[in-house]
Amino acid sequence: MNAAGHSQEELLVATIARLVAGTGHVAVGALSPIPGCAALLARELGGGRPRVSIIHGDANNPFTDGGRELFDCAGQGRIDVFFLGGAQIDGGADINLVGAGGYPKPAKRFPGSFGSALMYFVVPKVILFAPEHSRRVLVPKVDFVSAPGTSPPEVCRPGGPKALVTGRCVMAFDAARGRFRLDSVHPGHTVEEVRDHTGFDFDVADDVAETPAPEAAHLDLLRTVIAAEIAKTYPDFAKRVLGHVTSS
Amino acid sequence: MTSLEDLERLAARVPDGALLALAPDYSWVPMAAVRALIRRRVRNLHLLAVPISGLAADLLIGAGCIDTLEAAAVSLGEAGPAPRFSDAVESGAIRMRDSTCPAIHTALQAAEKGVPFMPLGGLIGSDLISHRDDWKVVDDPMGEGGGPIVLLPAIRPDVVMFHSPRADKEGNVWIGRRRELMTMAHAAKTTLVTVETVENRDFLADDATAAGTLASLYVTAVAAAPGGAKPLGLAGCYERDLAHIRAYAREAATADGFRSYLEREVLGQAAGAASSAR
Repeated sequence: MNAAGHSQEELLVATIARLVAGTGHVAVGALSPIPGCAALLARELGGGRPRVSIIHGDANNPFTDGGRELFDCAGQGRIDVFFLGGAQIDGGADINLVGAGGYPKPAKRFPGSFGSALMYFVVPKVILFAPEHSRRVLVPKVDFVSAPGTSPPEVCRPGGPKALVTGRCVMAFDAARGRFRLDSVHPGHTVEEVRDHTGFDFDVADDVAETPAPEAAHLDLLRTVIAAEIAKTYPDFAKRVLGHVTSS
Repeated sequence: MTSLEDLERLAARVPDGALLALAPDYSWVPMAAVRALIRRRVRNLHLLAVPISGLAADLLIGAGCIDTLEAAAVSLGEAGPAPRFSDAVESGAIRMRDSTCPAIHTALQAAEKGVPFMPLGGLIGSDLISHRDDWKVVDDPMGEGGGPIVLLPAIRPDVVMFHSPRADKEGNVWIGRRRELMTMAHAAKTTLVTVETVENRDFLADDATAAGTLASLYVTAVAAAPGGAKPLGLAGCYERDLAHIRAYAREAATADGFRSYLEREVLGQAAGAASSAR
């Protein structure tokens, strides 16, 4: 909690919730409590829209046809928003979830590509989420391309990255230019600082805004209704970050 | 006819060098059977994670049972990276075949249909392709201008193993909504199932259970192993023991720590009962 009365996590939730507002169907992958909260908050504020599907556990999880259904559903074009991370992300929005250093014997191995090599191609609005905004994560060129940020025109690609949300800022991705553009800087951070901690070159919007702090009413919702909902999937996160204790 | 047998006999059905498929840690992983495999010193397994794995893969890797691992990811989830996996890949102790979730599902679906390969969208431009000489990129063979597309060879596991709350007296096995277990069993040559209990009824006699049932047609053998998914969870039976998994992640951070865990939790118990007593 900072002087503004919200935590860093709550700012990220509110920021991502704005990015998914007005879309049709948001799917949230494993181990994604902040995107999960953001999607649920957007659904609450949107009166039930977007539809939210959380893959982790059974709560808010509509899938009954096995692990493949998420990917089949995305391939059919039924998922409008998905979130991906990257142990490394570069200025062309290539993401690396495999390892730093060489391949197949990296100096530092990460878990692996998960479903990124399909989801990045077929979901129209992929939001990259990188809480750690550092030169370690935001690199000039990824060491391994789990999934590329852009594709040549002959490749069938209805989807791709649209935004990058980090612990310091929000960037938009322009696929035609293959570059990120800094759109807003979180309260307490600066454009210079973002540049210092980013390993790739990026454009800067003429009117870089300050990322809006969460509205009080939204914070209330987040700490009550949304906390209770996300606790069904991430009880530890709900307790640690939103102060929600699951009764059992 | 499905055989009903004990856990050690079931584990003995997995030969050294087998292509063994396991589902993710949330999908009814047969941990008691995995421990039994380690106790019988199985070697040179080719482990297929469908499509990711965690504790099960990390234990088998740390115990030296794995020669090749194919997976879209290996992680202990909230408990962090899988330490023996990371160490084994960084040191080159195992051969890693990196994949992506839908590629593994799709390759199993090809085997399920008995066709040699299946196409999958996406992937073009991923370094995954350049490290997989078994994957082929072709131009849209239908001539519809769909551009390049990846063909994945069918994967036909030698053995699929999972743990279920219940089998019936006919050898039919309840899978509920865990339909990846259905695909895996259809694709595999041998399916071995451990269960909490064997019930004296026929799941196929009632629509309410039939749709969530893997028929005995696909089931080679069943063994009763109460608590057989622990310390992982089993829907409707018990929750995952996250404290145990976090403690494992800390202990297995070093090779020596892993060996202590293995001695205490896997090798030091005659019948795999220690974790079910938790």
